[in-house]
Amino acid sequence: MSFLDISNVSKSFANAAVVNRVSLEVARGEFFALLGPSGCGKTTLLRMIAGFETPDSGSISIDGETMTDVPPHLRPTNMVFQSYAIFPHLNVFDNIAYGLRKEGLSKQGLRAKVQAMLETVRLEGLEGRAPDQLSGGQRQRVALARALVREPKLLLLDEPLGALDKRLREAMQVELRALQRKVGITFLLVTHDQQEALSLCDRIAVMDQGRILQIAGPRELYEHPNCRAVADFIGEINFFHASVRQIDQTTVTVNAGLLGTLTLPRSNLAPGIGLHDHILLAIRPEHIGFVDPLKGMLTGEIVDANFLGERSLFHIRIAGRNQPIAVSSSATPPASSVHLAFPSEFLVGLSSD
Amino acid sequence: MKNRGLLIYALAYLAFLYVPVLVLPIFSFNNSEFIAFPLSGFTTRWYQSLMDDSAMQHALGNSLKVGSITALLATGLGLTAAKALTRNRLRGGSAALGFISLPLFIPDIVLGLSLLMVLGWVGLPLSLAAVVLGHLLICLPFALTVLIARFEGFDPNLEEASADLGEDGWMTFWRVTFPLMLPGISASLLLTFITSFDEFLVAYFLSGTEATLPVYIWGQLRFPERLPMVLALGAIILTVSVALVALAEYVRNLGIKKATVGA
Repeated sequence: MSFLDISNVSKSFANAAVVNRVSLEVARGEFFALLGPSGCGKTTLLRMIAGFETPDSGSISIDGETMTDVPPHLRPTNMVFQSYAIFPHLNVFDNIAYGLRKEGLSKQGLRAKVQAMLETVRLEGLEGRAPDQLSGGQRQRVALARALVREPKLLLLDEPLGALDKRLREAMQVELRALQRKVGITFLLVTHDQQEALSLCDRIAVMDQGRILQIAGPRELYEHPNCRAVADFIGEINFFHASVRQIDQTTVTVNAGLLGTLTLPRSNLAPGIGLHDHILLAIRPEHIGFVDPLKGMLTGEIVDANFLGERSLFHIRIAGRNQPIAVSSSATPPASSVHLAFPSEFLVGLSSD
Repeated sequence: MKNRGLLIYALAYLAFLYVPVLVLPIFSFNNSEFIAFPLSGFTTRWYQSLMDDSAMQHALGNSLKVGSITALLATGLGLTAAKALTRNRLRGGSAALGFISLPLFIPDIVLGLSLLMVLGWVGLPLSLAAVVLGHLLICLPFALTVLIARFEGFDPNLEEASADLGEDGWMTFWRVTFPLMLPGISASLLLTFITSFDEFLVAYFLSGTEATLPVYIWGQLRFPERLPMVLALGAIILTVSVALVALAEYVRNLGIKKATVGA
């Protein structure tokens, strides 16, 4: 049995299904993300794990214990709220010590424990500050410290970095990852930021409209999305209509219209696709290459170029296709007329619906 | 000057609001039984005679008692109602709020009359306890308004965070809800106390032989020679009322500043 076991959990508000028969397993010590657009049900799922919402059906168990009848204050979880929910009437020390009342620590014991946690989240010297004297990043750390000091089995993070500016967010991502390795607690992160999920987490569940679309590691998710919605949500991607012509032991042959007939690894085809099916071929902008006229599969015109520092993102118009093709490259082509190559190992076949 | 007209308007506005009220203190220090200009000299004898008036002091004691008990009851009941109305997805919540607020719109004389009849049917004697019940009706909407505004001003996640950190509902109330509600609770206590303390009509109907201060004052108006003393009493009540309301506002604003510390 896995550490966190969510099985067939559903929840509706006012007859609208917010979480729809979700099943999920998270291993002990894992850094796991629930990723999806706002309103996809990820926060409701998190709140059901914390006990703030009750599932209409299904069960949640943590470390082998069923949580159905356990109220929030007795669950082995702690949460970092999106709003941080720092107690405004208590200073930093008292906020962090809030959840330690029942542990019966001596005054020195309590002080030592809070002090150690202040060091872990690098807030030394700020214990006397009132919450309104803290920056956003510091408040975020207080929220983290307050939850971690209770040594929960499972730490729940609800968009914890959403309120921070970009630089601070990136710095906190690095810290959060390091912190998770250090404390070894299972982290469950809810986010709508795919870059955050990809860079932080061991595994990611992509959610949409109350359902889980795919659960996979970051690289797998990025390179082998199992459906159009996941491919679309995780980074930029180009789609081409195609149909399956032949399925062999290790390869698949597809007819991809403008791209001609292509042979790709069979593992690049999403499960459930059969012979003659209409499919979408997906390829990331950075996997399309600018090549010599002889090696090119398509010829097009650059209509837009965005310099992004290390790389540039080009939009290329192709005769016979409405949607420009997005290509990301570190090289800048010498002329606006370019020739593109689509390496077949990076083409992924997805169901078209 | 362009703002001249506006200034005059503002001064006239303030005069309209406060000159009638200021007449009270002025005549309470006037050395004459007749309430008329010109003033005939400064005296504190009206205040002196207040000190010697034991019936007045008894009425004052009654009013303080009724005011305090009403304030505590209204604020206590208001607190639980406000929490239920703001924190729970309550069916019929807005209807309940409407019904609790309704006494605001019922004329006090109607309220007083109906309460008088109901007390008669139930067989309860006219007493200060009856006045408290009547005042509770009047004060509850005020308490509820102040307390709901306060509940809406603080993040419900704070109470969830407390539960998440291991505290049950009871301890969460004492460690988070109560301290954060305290400014609202104080404001509600002061406001309902003043409302009850100043209330006349319902008290007039229900107090029986135990007069509250406004009822006592009303009784004194039959004796012209006692009028300056009543003015002195009015001046004192006015000063204390203004001070209490100002204090309530101050405390409330103090809390609003604190509770808006969020992400």
